[in-house]
Amino acid sequence: MSHLAWASASSIAAAVGNGELDASHVIDQALARITLRNPVLNAFTAVTAERARARATVKLSGPLAGVPFAVKNLFDVAGLPTLAGSKINRERPPATADATLVARLEVAGAILVGALNMGEYAYDFTGENSHDGPSRNPHDSTRMTGGSSGGAGGAVAGGLVPIALGSDTNGSIRVPSSFCGIFGLKPTYGRLSRVGSFPFVSSLDHLGPFARNTTDLALAYDAMTGADLLDPVCVERTDPPVSATLTAGIGGLRIASAGGYFRAGAQPEVLTAFDKVAAALGALRQIEIPEAARARAAAYVVTTSEGAALHLQRLRTRARDFDPDVRDRLIAGAMVPAAWVTQAQKFRRWYRDAVLRLFEDVDAILAPATPCAAPEVGQKTFVLNGQEVPLRPNIGIYTQPISFIGLPVVAVPVPQPNGLPVAVQIIAAPWREDVALRIAYDLEARGVVRAPQPPE
Amino acid sequence: MNDSDWLDSNAALLGIGVAPEWREAVLLHLRITRELAQRVFDFPLPDEADPAPAFRA
Repeated sequence: MSHLAWASASSIAAAVGNGELDASHVIDQALARITLRNPVLNAFTAVTAERARARATVKLSGPLAGVPFAVKNLFDVAGLPTLAGSKINRERPPATADATLVARLEVAGAILVGALNMGEYAYDFTGENSHDGPSRNPHDSTRMTGGSSGGAGGAVAGGLVPIALGSDTNGSIRVPSSFCGIFGLKPTYGRLSRVGSFPFVSSLDHLGPFARNTTDLALAYDAMTGADLLDPVCVERTDPPVSATLTAGIGGLRIASAGGYFRAGAQPEVLTAFDKVAAALGALRQIEIPEAARARAAAYVVTTSEGAALHLQRLRTRARDFDPDVRDRLIAGAMVPAAWVTQAQKFRRWYRDAVLRLFEDVDAILAPATPCAAPEVGQKTFVLNGQEVPLRPNIGIYTQPISFIGLPVVAVPVPQPNGLPVAVQIIAAPWREDVALRIAYDLEARGVVRAPQPPE
Repeated sequence: MNDSDWLDSNAALLGIGVAPEWREAVLLHLRITRELAQRVFDFPLPDEADPAPAFRA
């Protein structure tokens, strides 16, 4: 295997498992690759080289044997303070144990190689960070990775690791997947344990994997499922591994495209990608996700208020230590009347019931992931529906109405000739990650979607 | 109450010091949030509607 940087996790694991490849060699290659590319991409905030090298000397087995991975720096990593992209958290004592999902990936044989840059406290869609500097897009380093799991997007798209973990409260897995052109899975709300991760908005926080292909995404996900009594949101539920049904095909699946809100405002290249995927799947039926704009509004209100409550004491005493872009939004969020938040949560119930009714007639719904391809680093506004609007609050217009009710989504990347990739969301009914992944696999097998290798 | 009064009264209530140079950005976010909350309130819901703070899909 001469090009380990672009090797799939499944091929690395197979070669390590049967003794063709030494895990120590894999880790040395990964660490060298990080040393080479991170100065440009700024994806990593910590490299756990010593830990990784030590682990690589152990006899590893499992579906991810010897596979390097990295995690957004809101995951606890034993021995590191859990930054969550902030300056303030640098003063925290080092974590004494790994997050549940880190431990589960290692049980499957994977090897942690570091922690990844992110937008401060995950309140971000850009991948920018005033303390650590912006993570940069491997397809064009003057462009954003998207956020808030920006380092995860850059690390996977840039060939630094085949698998990374991120979090998604309003789109923070799906937006970097789109801007960086990789696969991302935001599972059903309550599916994966959040124990050992720094929160943002408990009622909306999800964790999930990134990869450069569907098989790897499914392998990582399967390794992480399972109840965790320490997370009150994580459910006790046993579903078959998704890897087992990945290749089952899409015969019999009813797939529709989201219209209306999910087409309005999208840049032409986004609609081109969306229509290409829809045509490939025969998803000619267009359906309206009811009250999507209002759902996005309600998600926004819940997010800003709940996020601000989490950080209120820090805003009182250390406001100057925040990233200014995050601080100003959180201060406004602290001032939201309680009645607004309660109304948003009541609407959430109504909206959930309305959207679940759609799944009586369809198995999956397609929607764009972002209204545009990756903007320039530092860009503050963009044009949406013919109007210049602030960038940060509006990148998530297509992702927020979906995570608001916890539906599972696979973001699949569509390469663009002479342009930056964008992703399409494959949205399934609650607990049907398997359906979204089957569709993603089918699209990938037919060459419709693909994580393009960036030029270097 | 205009957004500026909203900011000043809440900053005092919450004990958050808002530096003059942050003010414009905070006001922008207050306006965005107010408009989005109004959109939520424009949707009629029955008194019996349960909120979903601990949502399970």
